[in-house]
Amino acid sequence: MQKITRDALIEKAQTLLDSGVVTRVLGWKKGDFDYDVTPALFTDIESMKKDFVFGDFCGANFSKYLLKETKKIGVEGKVLVFLKSCDTYSFNQLLTEHRFDREKVYAVGIPCDGMVDVNKIKAIVGDGIVSIDDSAEVIKVETLYDGVKELNKADILLERCANCKSRKHVAYDELMGEDGEVIDSNRFDEVEKLEKMSADERFAFWQNELSRCIRCNACRDVCPACTCEKCVFNNPNSGVENKAAANSFEEQMFHIIRAFHVAGRCTDCGECSRVCPQHIPLHLLNRKFIKDINSFYGDYQAGETVGSRAPLTNFTKEDLEPSEAVNREDK
Amino acid sequence: MQVNEYKPKIVAFCCNWCSYAGADLAGSNRLSYPAEVKVIRVPCSCRVNPMFILRAFQRGADGVILCGCHPGDCHYTSGNYYTRRRMALLFSMLDYLGIEKERTRVEWVSAAEGAKFAATMNDFVQTVTALGENKRLEDLRCKK
Repeated sequence: MQKITRDALIEKAQTLLDSGVVTRVLGWKKGDFDYDVTPALFTDIESMKKDFVFGDFCGANFSKYLLKETKKIGVEGKVLVFLKSCDTYSFNQLLTEHRFDREKVYAVGIPCDGMVDVNKIKAIVGDGIVSIDDSAEVIKVETLYDGVKELNKADILLERCANCKSRKHVAYDELMGEDGEVIDSNRFDEVEKLEKMSADERFAFWQNELSRCIRCNACRDVCPACTCEKCVFNNPNSGVENKAAANSFEEQMFHIIRAFHVAGRCTDCGECSRVCPQHIPLHLLNRKFIKDINSFYGDYQAGETVGSRAPLTNFTKEDLEPSEAVNREDK
Repeated sequence: MQVNEYKPKIVAFCCNWCSYAGADLAGSNRLSYPAEVKVIRVPCSCRVNPMFILRAFQRGADGVILCGCHPGDCHYTSGNYYTRRRMALLFSMLDYLGIEKERTRVEWVSAAEGAKFAATMNDFVQTVTALGENKRLEDLRCKK
């Protein structure tokens, strides 16, 4: 596949800025280290040439940023956004829910061959990463204590990229490079493995994972499907605010409800797991819902088309009963 | 000698139009069902947010049952169809997290089915009593 370079993206942005098609650009900006790339808004090409980056750490999905960006008052013109294939699904899903004005956005689809998980790198090379060169397929990591180490990109992909569901762009104004295909991935394997465990084992597994939660709300804030302006979890009357957790149920409840609120709308973009500072495999909750929806109500991919009706806002007279749902043999 | 027998706390969400009337009919017919069942009236079974159910557990309920009109008989035409989908997903998720699936239930009870209401509640209380106290879903901070 043709690799898109930083220079090509800057050139594209420059053309669009100069011709007045767009007035600002949503892009990735270098953080303190090579691996903590952060989303940023560029309004001129000089700042973009200085700070813009594009590499293997540009996992951030910009779809949700469009909500705020298109609602800005007194800002004229369109915003340019670069979308990887998985981001375009979120983009479509937000359009379906009328969350932003399509007319104010200029979307450029860019091909992606997977983003890299810095935690996997840290697990291999240890602490003290000085710089990371991700320009080639073999990624060179320079560390303070061990010199340069070479890692194979395939071994350190983000979970969501290792199980990429689609390289096809479902929404764009313009596409750079070639479009990919929908991939028949093994993304439900982990869910199936859990389902095969006994109830006690599953409870122990989730207790172990969810009790690490620090309720930083990063998963909620980053999620392109979680777009309520007032969140149910910002409730001072819940009885659990500002008190140390005595046991872990509040975290479980948070995660059940968080996943439930995006059930049928989650495009499985995997941002929740990527941003979790405690490395909780949150995608396993979302994928359980996706898997259930597919098996109960027929295959559905949120964001595949604009205007599709989400499974939870739909019904048929022959739907299965909740008691059947939990007692199915083949689930 | 006094024996402290375990009595579960059961929350029953009943839709105003069918199941609540069904509970009423059970009463008028002098059918008995356990006093552990606390009925909460809701306008429609689809008024029940998944959070209500988890909140009930968090505050110390041992079982939650949701009763509504039979599919096709909803007072608001289609409310219970949505309930059915939501609860199928929620219960499946609770099971996935390793929570006993017998603690939650959905039953369709019409206004004419007083006997079914009493029988359902008797059965549900028995099941939950056998399971014992809800330890996995409680939150000590919320218990009064």
